[in-house]
Amino acid sequence: MADTTTAPGDTPPLVRARGLTRIFSSQASLLGKKRTLTAVNEVDLDIARGQVTGVVGESGCGKSTLARLVLRLLDASSGSVHFDGTDLANVSPSALRGLRRRMQMVFQDPYSSIDPRYSVRDAVLEPLRVQGVALDRAASQAKVEALMAMVGLNPALAGSYPHQLSGGQKQRVGIARALAMQPDFLVLDEPTASLDVSIQAQIIALLEQLQRDLGLTYLFISHDLGLVRYFCSRIVVMYLGRVVEILPSAQALPRHPYTRALMDSTFEPDPRRRRVVTLLHGEIPDAFNLPGGCAYAARCPNATQRCRIERPALTPDTGDDHHLACHHPLGA
Amino acid sequence: MPLLEVRDLSVTIGQLQPLDRISFTLDKGSILGLVGESGSGKSLTALALMGLLPLIGGRVSHGSVGFDGVALVGLQEERYRALRGRRMALITQNPMTSLDPMLRVGAQIDQVGLLHRGLSAAAARARSIELLTQMRIPDAATVHGQYPHQMSGGMKQRVVIAMALAGDPDLVIADEPTTALDVTIQAQIIQILVDLVRQRGLALLLITHDMGVVAQACDQVVVLYAGRIAESQTVDAIFARPAHPYTQALIACIPRSGQASGSLRGIPGIVPSVASYSSGCRYHPRCAMAQPLCQTEAPPLQTRGDHRVACHFALATPDHG
Repeated sequence: MADTTTAPGDTPPLVRARGLTRIFSSQASLLGKKRTLTAVNEVDLDIARGQVTGVVGESGCGKSTLARLVLRLLDASSGSVHFDGTDLANVSPSALRGLRRRMQMVFQDPYSSIDPRYSVRDAVLEPLRVQGVALDRAASQAKVEALMAMVGLNPALAGSYPHQLSGGQKQRVGIARALAMQPDFLVLDEPTASLDVSIQAQIIALLEQLQRDLGLTYLFISHDLGLVRYFCSRIVVMYLGRVVEILPSAQALPRHPYTRALMDSTFEPDPRRRRVVTLLHGEIPDAFNLPGGCAYAARCPNATQRCRIERPALTPDTGDDHHLACHHPLGA
Repeated sequence: MPLLEVRDLSVTIGQLQPLDRISFTLDKGSILGLVGESGSGKSLTALALMGLLPLIGGRVSHGSVGFDGVALVGLQEERYRALRGRRMALITQNPMTSLDPMLRVGAQIDQVGLLHRGLSAAAARARSIELLTQMRIPDAATVHGQYPHQMSGGMKQRVVIAMALAGDPDLVIADEPTTALDVTIQAQIIQILVDLVRQRGLALLLITHDMGVVAQACDQVVVLYAGRIAESQTVDAIFARPAHPYTQALIACIPRSGQASGSLRGIPGIVPSVASYSSGCRYHPRCAMAQPLCQTEAPPLQTRGDHRVACHFALATPDHG
């Protein structure tokens, strides 16, 4: 699916994050004791050019915060993000503005970030206006029509308002907006999570086609490992702010018990492949009050005393690009 | 005799008829999946069975519902109330439609035991804690004393299931019970529901848009499209030989492991709104196999053994079992 001329290894990654950390703090009680939550914790991430990199995890794993850090929509507490060799934290505002044309985001609910009084035309043209691109009337019209055609929207809908559109159509508007500045890199933050499966499949098929035709680089954020395994060539699994496993390909077998649990929770449309779902007793720990050892130990069937005390580090690359943070990996 | 027998059920809301002659049966100890996209009439079917259509200004305009020998259509509200919560229970997608934010969850579960089963306060509490434990809620006695806002979504949904079971119902209708939840929690809750059916012999009507969930949990499947049955069949047969193009398309929406990239196909277009159903087969504007006949003539629901399908061309396919 990916552009084979830019295989990983041949060229430096488009995005390189190192030690990326974001801490949020909150006023916890009337006594004013401050509590902190490390939403993203020491994350290293390479996003290869022309590829689809997936980040998968459940609520609170930090995947959406990571998406915003990568685009510098949110400032990191520590760590760095390089986009095409430029450190996003040490760049002039005007240079950052220029880089923003090249990296865009598609949100789960696109119209949550668009004025509901905007027609499709207004919504699609807004990024150009924000970037100070002046177009005359004819050029605007041509741009709107081209973008709508690109995402499979009937140009007759250009005057429509969000309440007149279906969920799938709204997401196509969100994608058209993201494409307006001809970016190289799109962060897709759960773009299909609120859609019916029938519409989800339409949108994924559209994103695949755009990626192929335009040679785009994607960071695809999702809670659905089945979808991520279908769509992505490299898969980063997060749990409570940390990367617990990186699968070098969709075919690679999970070795972290959490990744395995995610896989067993993905039901295939085939009754001959029914999953045996192991009922877990533990709960996802409170992110404000994480345990000292492995954050997954409370729910992990393989956990030992060591796991509760000593946090396993993500293994360095041993050549196969499969990374793992587990004391007792599966298949060992 | 099946526990639930729905025959030619039609529902009207004002001038519109969003549900058109739905029939199916459900036995004790079995799980029926009612599947289709948003707008296909799944939730409306649930409301009709629970006698809750007046809440949305709807009514049953045709057909019958038999529940353990009792005719539900036209049943006095007083008698319906005795069934609801006691012998039939509804679990909705959003647990907060079932939970009172101002009351401790334990008190809410206890209510069911007190009202419907005549238990003493102590017995109702003990029963509630036992149910919460069965839902794999750690430290159920503590959770019993908590308010809904102190809990995660997955925990709240398990509380709602415990509440649904507190009346010891024969029929549970679960309307997208896991759609809003994280995947590992979703899998857990589906497994808990399946285990309950197997252990207690209750009947479960599972409403979902996800053919993966259907394949995982159900015995029988009814596929709804725009208020009509498109196809129904046993779960093994419907996945092995889906005869209706809509069933085939729904199954193809979920990627299988190892599926080649670029091969996923959605269903073009959207479910029509009830005010704009097309003539003929309601699926024809989205159907890749539609012929001129499909535009003018609604296909009848044809029955062959366990299999029912409403498509002019489905039964002609050579590999049909």
